[in-house]
Amino acid sequence: MSLPTLDFSLILPELVVLITALLVLIADLLWPRAASRGREQAPAVLALAGLILAGLLTLLAGEWSGATLQGMLVADALARYLNLVVLLAAALGLLLSWSYLPHFSTQRSEYYALYLLAVAGMLFLGKSIELITLFVSLEILSIALYVLTGFHRGQLAGGEAALKYFLLGAFSSGFLLYGAALFYAATGATRLADIAAQNAGGFYMLAGLALFLVGLGFKLAVAPFHMWAPDAYQGAPTPVTAFMSVGTKAAALVALFRVVQAAGSVPVGVWATALAFLSLLTMTLGNLAALRQSSLKRMLAYSSIAHAGYLLVGVVAGTAAGFDAVLFYLFAYAFMNIGAFAIASLLERPGFYAVQDAGIHAADGLFGRRPWLAVAMAMFMLSLAGIPPLAGFFGKLYLFAAAVESGWAWLAVAGVLNSVISAYYYLRVVVGMFMAEPSASAHLRLPLPASATLAVALTALGTLLFGLLATPWFQGISR
Amino acid sequence: MVIPLSWYLILAAALFSIGFFGVLARRNAVAVLMGVELMLNAVNINLLAFWRAIHPAELTGQIFAIFVLTVAAAEAAVGLALIISIYRSRRTIQVDALDLMKG
Repeated sequence: MSLPTLDFSLILPELVVLITALLVLIADLLWPRAASRGREQAPAVLALAGLILAGLLTLLAGEWSGATLQGMLVADALARYLNLVVLLAAALGLLLSWSYLPHFSTQRSEYYALYLLAVAGMLFLGKSIELITLFVSLEILSIALYVLTGFHRGQLAGGEAALKYFLLGAFSSGFLLYGAALFYAATGATRLADIAAQNAGGFYMLAGLALFLVGLGFKLAVAPFHMWAPDAYQGAPTPVTAFMSVGTKAAALVALFRVVQAAGSVPVGVWATALAFLSLLTMTLGNLAALRQSSLKRMLAYSSIAHAGYLLVGVVAGTAAGFDAVLFYLFAYAFMNIGAFAIASLLERPGFYAVQDAGIHAADGLFGRRPWLAVAMAMFMLSLAGIPPLAGFFGKLYLFAAAVESGWAWLAVAGVLNSVISAYYYLRVVVGMFMAEPSASAHLRLPLPASATLAVALTALGTLLFGLLATPWFQGISR
Repeated sequence: MVIPLSWYLILAAALFSIGFFGVLARRNAVAVLMGVELMLNAVNINLLAFWRAIHPAELTGQIFAIFVLTVAAAEAAVGLALIISIYRSRRTIQVDALDLMKG
């Protein structure tokens, strides 16, 4: 009997996040009772330090290579980029939570511990190359997010959002597992590499892949499995929405990519065509629904569904260039989407954000009240719509170019048409900010907490820099 | 007499379908959760049947089933907590009564 190979250095960032989560949970108890001010901030500071440390470890790790824990996790270039995207999104979301959380909860330790557990789940999901590990990672992140979604217990919409997210999430796990069981039946293996090596064909593989796609489609909020997403995104505390809309998508996309690569015996045309139609349906449905929203947050939720559709285009392309484009777009998306949600969270009214969160007119006249905030929001909206020279434009350019190269021209055309539709609702916000008078209910001095301001500044900078320096970044990813 | 694999698979598929129907048709959140549990346990039957009939050499199928059980328990704990929390504030757990958000 051979001893298992356990190379913990390859999962160091994940371990750091996990240990920080445990420390955060007991931070309240460890902190001296006298220092009450530091005590309130301790969990957030600890959590942020853990995320930054994990990010640095990822950056400094050099070239990762190889599988660890008996071929259950792999540390490769893909996992490395995913780590960076997720940790970036988590850190930005945490900065937002810093000033947002005290409005509705005093349970800081619990919040940040769950938050870090969700991050750890995402990081592990990106490294999973084995079906059991993949399933467990997916559940770690999902269960933590179910609770975070309903964390605002005084708000009725929060609990409702959490329950809907939970029921549909658990429902989708059933499909994913049925798919995994069929893979196991066809190949006798749960490691993706072994499944690929068996090259088994037949009904089990095809049905397994189809069920797996349904399961991951739910997590990615791909239409027609998206119905939980608008409610969950609208009802969840805004920083949680910002973080999960980016992090979950990123991690689930990497998992999806690994699984479709492993199911090599299923003809590429079959799953790519299925994904192409899902992608088309997702972006069209997301954009059309976003057009008629009266809540800023819900509009952004539908916009995030539409973006899941764009991101799928890169997976459909099936080439290395296609997935590089997905990775680039995920970075760009992390900046612009979290930025947009950051401003939505600032526009909400503390104490009153029950169901009536920031309405679509909450941003009206923002330029007169907070000029720089309005400029930043305009950048996020234009970038989400895909207008040069911002990050979102180059992301879409690379995605659609990869699709055309691998013969999916019609999908690229559909994507471009969809971007045109989406420009309507994004630009409506911009026009309102610069042209319209503030709505009567808007208070004149908009409070600007330091941490949220920092998050907005960082995301705005990222949106701009990723646009201006898109080519070197993209080459860096491709390498 | 050995029960053939197909019987297990038919049982599992039937259980999965019953659970699926329960999720779609039931209005009580607890009943929906029970439907989900049926679906997960149907997968467990599948996993064990496949392990026993096709790949008995390694224990992977059994281990997978144990993980599914554990995760399902964690999910049920969180789900029931959510349901209780909603019941406290809304006095109902009918899923179609939870319609604050629309559009």
